[in-house]
Amino acid sequence: MSETLYRIAVTVNGVERTGQVTARTSLVDWLREHLHLTGTHIGCEHGICGACSIMLDGAPVRSCLIYAVQTDGHRVTTVEGLTHPDGRLSILQDSFCETHGLQCGYCTPGMLIAAQALLDANPRPSEDDIREAISGNLCRCTGYQQIVEAIALAAKRISGEPA
Amino acid sequence: MTKTAAASPYGFRYIGTKRRAKEHARFVTGHGNYAADVTLPGLKHVALAASPHASAKILAIRTDVARAMPGVHYVLTGEEFCSATDSLPIGVDAPKVTRWALARDRVRYAGEWVAAVVADSRALAEDAAELVEVEYEALPHVTDAEQAMAPGSALVHPAHGSNVVLHRDFIWGPVEDQFAKAEHHMRFRAIWNRNATVPIETFAVMAQWQPGTEILDIWASIQMPKYPDQTAKALRLPGNAVRVHYDVDVGGSYGVKRGIKHTVLVGFLAKRLGMPVRLVEDRLENMRGGDMHGPDRSFDIDAAFDGDGTIRALRIRAIDNVGAYAGRAPFQLGKPVSAICGPYKIPAIAYEPISVLTNKTPQEAVRGFGQAPTNFAIERTIDRIAGFLTMDPIALRQKNLIQHDQFPYTIPSGSTYDSGDYHAVLDKALAAIDYPALVERRDQARRAGLLAGIGIATCLEPSGGNSAFEPLLNPKNETTTWMDSCLVRIDLSGAITGIMGTSSSGQGHETLVSTVVGEILQRDPAQIRVIHADSLSALPSNSPVGSRMAIMLGGAAAGAARKIKETLLAIAAHNFECAKDDLDYRDGNVNLKGVPSKILSWDQLVEIAHRKFHAMPPDVEPGLQEKFTWQVPTGGGLPTPDGRIQIYPCYAFETHIVYVEIDSDTATPTIKRYVCGHDCGVMINPDIVHGMTYGGIAHGIGAALYEQFTYDDNGQLTSGTFMDYLIPSAREIPAITIVDHCTPSPLTTFGQKGSGEAGYLGAPAAVANAINDALAPRNVEINALPISHLAIWDALAGRNSR
Repeated sequence: MSETLYRIAVTVNGVERTGQVTARTSLVDWLREHLHLTGTHIGCEHGICGACSIMLDGAPVRSCLIYAVQTDGHRVTTVEGLTHPDGRLSILQDSFCETHGLQCGYCTPGMLIAAQALLDANPRPSEDDIREAISGNLCRCTGYQQIVEAIALAAKRISGEPA
Repeated sequence: MTKTAAASPYGFRYIGTKRRAKEHARFVTGHGNYAADVTLPGLKHVALAASPHASAKILAIRTDVARAMPGVHYVLTGEEFCSATDSLPIGVDAPKVTRWALARDRVRYAGEWVAAVVADSRALAEDAAELVEVEYEALPHVTDAEQAMAPGSALVHPAHGSNVVLHRDFIWGPVEDQFAKAEHHMRFRAIWNRNATVPIETFAVMAQWQPGTEILDIWASIQMPKYPDQTAKALRLPGNAVRVHYDVDVGGSYGVKRGIKHTVLVGFLAKRLGMPVRLVEDRLENMRGGDMHGPDRSFDIDAAFDGDGTIRALRIRAIDNVGAYAGRAPFQLGKPVSAICGPYKIPAIAYEPISVLTNKTPQEAVRGFGQAPTNFAIERTIDRIAGFLTMDPIALRQKNLIQHDQFPYTIPSGSTYDSGDYHAVLDKALAAIDYPALVERRDQARRAGLLAGIGIATCLEPSGGNSAFEPLLNPKNETTTWMDSCLVRIDLSGAITGIMGTSSSGQGHETLVSTVVGEILQRDPAQIRVIHADSLSALPSNSPVGSRMAIMLGGAAAGAARKIKETLLAIAAHNFECAKDDLDYRDGNVNLKGVPSKILSWDQLVEIAHRKFHAMPPDVEPGLQEKFTWQVPTGGGLPTPDGRIQIYPCYAFETHIVYVEIDSDTATPTIKRYVCGHDCGVMINPDIVHGMTYGGIAHGIGAALYEQFTYDDNGQLTSGTFMDYLIPSAREIPAITIVDHCTPSPLTTFGQKGSGEAGYLGAPAAVANAINDALAPRNVEINALPISHLAIWDALAGRNSR
């Protein structure tokens, strides 16, 4: 196995980060091991569970299924990038706290990414839209109900409706 | 943005109100501290070489090529490891069924670990693991429990002399007599195939040996009683040489995060190499070699009942396929003894539990510890009796449910149910789903040519977990103590810290402790910090198993806070030269009754305790710190000679009503409506209880319809990925309505019962009953879970899919 290193420059959560990676280094390993952004979690490493979801140029993708070298020159947003720069929770993060849309927290970063991508594209989703948007993210704690409630609440708050 | 809390329905200040969880802010920002997030300088990584055979002799292992790879530090095999460490504990009386993390001489299941490689990165370790050459001689294998029990079967552990590690015959009450008197008998078999909780986080553990202090530090995604003790014992270290850091967030467990074999392996490597070492299972390792499968059980049920629906007696034979090693898993046949007749007035029960070794992955504790399969079998029995008598299944349940005025109610196997109002909860659930309208909807669907069915289950959730099934199933094991504890400390600034002695895997224990301590001390829980001490500075705990923490940790936190409150009152009494009874305690301030000006504030009391010894009562310890340790209520006894024992103290109750339609083209079942009536006493945080219940129902729907660890004829696991082990998504799980009811427990601090297993204990039964109701017009019945759409298709076509 060649361990040749490739130089990459990726905008991660708004900041340009550079690195030297092997061709086989997955994006999630680079984020976690090299950038110490451990908010992105690994659940299955075969693209089913969605725990490692991040946004690549604004679209939700599995960071276990892409190599770090593929993201050279692109924009990556992780869960750490959802929080306001001053540390305040985003409306979506706050809504998850409000409805108890999480328990152990392990799938949560991926859920937040999937939900944020939905709200970015569709600010007034129906329950069906929400369930479809998170159907690629597995959660073992919640049965999804309070997650669906959290996303619906966030949508209301973002559009200024009384929650 | 926190909403104003609604008033507690129970009259408490904080308990029962809508409150956010203390843990959630760190999780939604990506600042959780999971085992794989913890790192150390110079950390090395482990990958494993696993057996491709279900059963084989190991003739030779060649590690030199792997060892020579750049970046590889060590390759460990069973020969060295098993000589230098002790076997993991064996719960049942089967001392020859020894178990180590690495196989020596013989492998007993496909996926069993044979060698461990340590390298600079996980990727390099995996590369090297592929270079470990193992020469095997395949041996006959057996994966079916009944074949394994038959004479002449291949033996998984030949030294044990048989594949049966547990076989008991319990008779509780006049079983023969009731069967003789009963008007009808009915027999059938119910099968709960192998599944597990399968958390999204796999098991991870990191260890570091400190040569200066001779302490082994461990960070792990663990949920397990006696974990530090068992680790130390297997490594032949004194207990105080192992320090488990419980401030690690665990990414889901629901019973299975018990990587004791992983821990002993990594601990050994860290000490042997003098390097910090980490093992994080990949998904296949978790599914195949992580030893975290759940019950795999067949029930042969014989029921005796009368024409009016009175159930007189049950005979239950349960054969469980425990896999290749027997740790604590066979005890999962014992816990259901605590609710062996369900919520029903059945006066006589015969129970024959059998635990059988096979060449499958070993089992571990799974949510409910055997209760969900048993509830499934009991609830199928109830529906089949109703079918036999052409009686309404609700009326049959109403006739046999224990009545509200009969509590406390002692069941034939010796446990006393603390409290309940089963009829009221059932009525609430029926009202919430508008049962007559639901029946009409089903019947309309049927008239339109659809297969449609309604399923009901009325089930118990024993809670407040102890280990009473250990002495019941292994008379040589006299474990009756099953304590938990909490320490509450007020520092000089007046801030409150609660300290617990175990890790959490999503149950919200920090929220629990802060709410309870805030309730007792009348201080804002949002300002109370809760930490998880490490195992050397921690308090006695038996970890969050058996739905016990609301009862046990909640009770311990309350006990410690009450001691603090008494100390504050004693300080005030001393300074006011009065009796404690003459004082009022309000919001942490203490004043002389009727004299509002004569007051010592919280800050003043705290300062006296920390800095003004001259103002302290003579017999009170300075500093404000109190510990409270207690034993599970009602527990602590050994079984009677005829096998009766009080197991768990508290019994929550759940009614599930499910409506299912089956697609006539694909046989795919869809859950259209789901109501759960739930009574777990006083809910300390209703959102947390509801969340666990929703999650338990989802998990139960998975067990009922989708999830199975399947094996082929060669003993190979064929569902080791999420592409074939199907965890339900938000698309498969419907919106669920929970209807609360509250019958307080008389045994606990605030009337709470446990609820960590809620939902999962009844959902599989209810869904199975709904599918069978849908299939009934076609005279088809399925009593084996999971009921996949393929199983329905085959059953409708008259084929056996299994």
